[in-house]
Amino acid sequence: MAEIQEKIAKLFPQATFEQGDVLRICIPDAQWHDLASALRHDPDLNYDYMITIAGMDWRTSLGCVYFLQSTTRGNDVISVKVETTDRENPMLHSVADLWAVATLYEREVYDFFGIIFINNPDMRRLFLNIDWVGYPLRKDYDQDPALNPITTESERQSDFTQTWVEGPDGKVEKKEVRIFQPEEFVVNIGPQHPSTHGVLRFRTAVDGEIIKKIDVYMGYIHRGVEKLCEDLTYQQTLHYMDRLDYFSAHNYHHGLCRLIERAAGIQITRRAEVIRVMMDELSRIASHCLFMGTFCMDLGATSMLFYTLRVREMILDIMEKTCGARMTFNYDCIGGVMQDLAPDFQKDVKALLAVIPANIKEYNKVFVGNVIAKERMVGVGYLSKEDAIDYAVTGPSGRASGWSCDIRKIRPYSIYPELDFEEVLMAEGDAMARFKVRLREIEESAKILAQLVDNIPEGEYCVKVPKMLKLPVGHWWEMVEGCRGVFGLYLESDGTAKPYRLKIAPPCLPLAGVVDHITEGMKIADLITIGGSLDYIIPDMDR
Amino acid sequence: MIPLVIDDFSVVCDAVNNFLLYTCGLPKWLTVTIECIGVGVGLLLAYALLALFYILYERKICAYIQCRVGPVRVGPWGLFQSFADMFKILIKELIHLDNIDRFLFALAPYLVIIASVICFAVLPWGNGLQIIDFNIGIFFLIACSSIGVLGILLAGWSSANKFTLIGAMRSGAQMVSYELSVGLSILTMVCLAGTMSVGGIVAEQENLWFIFKGHVPAVIAFVIYMIAATAETNRGPFDLPEAESELTAGYHTEYSGIHFGFFYLAEYLNLFIVSGVASLMFFGGWMPLHFPGWDTFNHIMDYCPSVIWFLLKCFVLSYVIIWFKWTFPRLRIDNLLALEWKYLLPINLANLVLMVLIIVFGWHIV
Repeated sequence: MAEIQEKIAKLFPQATFEQGDVLRICIPDAQWHDLASALRHDPDLNYDYMITIAGMDWRTSLGCVYFLQSTTRGNDVISVKVETTDRENPMLHSVADLWAVATLYEREVYDFFGIIFINNPDMRRLFLNIDWVGYPLRKDYDQDPALNPITTESERQSDFTQTWVEGPDGKVEKKEVRIFQPEEFVVNIGPQHPSTHGVLRFRTAVDGEIIKKIDVYMGYIHRGVEKLCEDLTYQQTLHYMDRLDYFSAHNYHHGLCRLIERAAGIQITRRAEVIRVMMDELSRIASHCLFMGTFCMDLGATSMLFYTLRVREMILDIMEKTCGARMTFNYDCIGGVMQDLAPDFQKDVKALLAVIPANIKEYNKVFVGNVIAKERMVGVGYLSKEDAIDYAVTGPSGRASGWSCDIRKIRPYSIYPELDFEEVLMAEGDAMARFKVRLREIEESAKILAQLVDNIPEGEYCVKVPKMLKLPVGHWWEMVEGCRGVFGLYLESDGTAKPYRLKIAPPCLPLAGVVDHITEGMKIADLITIGGSLDYIIPDMDR
Repeated sequence: MIPLVIDDFSVVCDAVNNFLLYTCGLPKWLTVTIECIGVGVGLLLAYALLALFYILYERKICAYIQCRVGPVRVGPWGLFQSFADMFKILIKELIHLDNIDRFLFALAPYLVIIASVICFAVLPWGNGLQIIDFNIGIFFLIACSSIGVLGILLAGWSSANKFTLIGAMRSGAQMVSYELSVGLSILTMVCLAGTMSVGGIVAEQENLWFIFKGHVPAVIAFVIYMIAATAETNRGPFDLPEAESELTAGYHTEYSGIHFGFFYLAEYLNLFIVSGVASLMFFGGWMPLHFPGWDTFNHIMDYCPSVIWFLLKCFVLSYVIIWFKWTFPRLRIDNLLALEWKYLLPINLANLVLMVLIIVFGWHIV
């Protein structure tokens, strides 16, 4: 870390540094693009993976905190803070040319904070309606419902996007750019469509069966979770983690609990850690089972769903006994878990572990070896490792491209360092690889469960925490491995009982962002295969 | 060989005819009209009942494959479930849409169902139980079944919807392609039969079903026929025109009420019809299982009425097609066309030559 700081300080004398759980570089906007370029391309730095951009309103200024990770140098994370004091017409320089995923992230920041990114090719709102008044995550946002009434009319739609381009003389000019040409045959896939897995919308320009371009529209179930969290106590914010990626509810809870516990200096018992990890891995199996079922259903093999749901049902039964719910468990809490394990827990998990190998064998037999399935999946939706990193495609989809991005391995947390399991990597990068990675991850998760099921230590399942938890002033960063990829959380606290800003970096947003890139020139049927194999969850990307 | 229980239905038909013509003393034109109406009503009734049965049949098989029980609530084993569904679909509103070609939109489902009813009429139901038997019977059947694709194309085109349009185009490409395979595999068997008359084809199989008589080329033709027929009926894994996960419902997305019901019924009946044609061309139509020389065996087989033989064959063959649907993933359009044009068609042509050689040199069994 120190040598990186030294190197950057030498290159950019204006930069200032803050130590925290991750190194923070503060840089004026004028130098930001140069710094970004150095961070991205300098072989000693090589921060090639942009985890997220957290838009911020510090009342006196607006700005962004960029979180970057180097995949080649030990996966260390740094953050860069860039701010602007102009609240009327805030502008920052875009880094969309350096990290492909930044295009999407900057749109999100624009949507919530109104910060315009110069040279970003597509500066539209991302989640909110194009007629929305105001920027909701600004601290001075007017929540008056009269400003944004519930409309009974169809959403206005534009074939144009806007971009602010900086000329050679430094003058910034606004331009309108056409997304689809008038003569193009644009099919609207979604928001109500069986295989977008929720309300996601692809405007797809097709030439016969061939896809020319896809424009992704999201935000149909945007609930403003980040905004809502700012009005809630820390304990209350946890509930929303169930409602992002509802299949990774335990994992996301785990992430936020870890973040808050670390910030508050709470030490939880080992029993609670083990329970949390077991629940995480059970969720992972359940999630991957559902993935396989729905993915096969997208390909037209309807029966597979019932075969995979049999395993998932067992897991949901286990969770129901302990958590009292089959979805939105709200089980992990600050200080441990909500209640102790059900008496049958160990017996049920063992019963589950006993049936998993036979089921996996069956899935392989029924689907993977099928000639039509091979035709549909092999070579479809190829994503190279470089692109996976560039587009921040993490989780099983990223690992199918050969990118080692499992947080459990590369930045181990909780009790994962003690556990014996493998990170499943494949090099093919196609839909088949994404399917197989998940199939094998079930085995690995089962391996973890087998190691833990007989070793749940005695002890308290939850330590005492004050009812009104206040965190000290500061900021923290946490990453955990959800079922679909890296789940990042950035928390800024002003010392009160409510978070000043809680930025959620979901794995599914980049997954939707990469669809256009990998579907170009493919068939309509391949769009379904690719969408299914990426396995995005809409509430997770919309928040 | 004296057929013992093969109930020859022509006896019944003649009796009715004589009753009307001579006993009642009706003029010939009136007799024919009454008979036609009787046949028509019977046909439509059989059509509707079979469709309802097939809906239940598929749901039960699908449930069995998917480790479920299927419909069980309405009636014993859910027997009346399809009746309930039918009534529901009958009382549903026909939604009128803007911007559609009203005439073609309304015409399309009728074309589909008419094509299917006509084909239904040509099938050899039983000994003497056939509505029309003429010398180009099987040719007529293929011709009529092709009308169906017109209905599907019109439905997709007139709905003014991009999904339906893509579905219709897929369907056009698919059905035109696979009709070749269906036609050629039937032609292979017609060579063996030496006649295109449906009755004649059945009669030719009195000693041995064609699938045994024509051995290798017949089996190849049968496999190709089953694949192509599944594609012809737009069923999974060839259900691209209505690929649910891609095009919501494909060409019939915009249809509602009984108009949708027509497409739905026609799909199930087409399943029955292609099974019927397969049983006609390969398994002897209504002809019981006979082996040359096995007189006692043949005799026992004859105890089962011919109608039952025919229906059983159809149900078994339909089971295979339903089994396809619930186990295979869907093909992609380029796979689908490659399968037809690169594999099935050349194999089919070679198979036709093989069959001709076998006939010329008399290498077939019996």
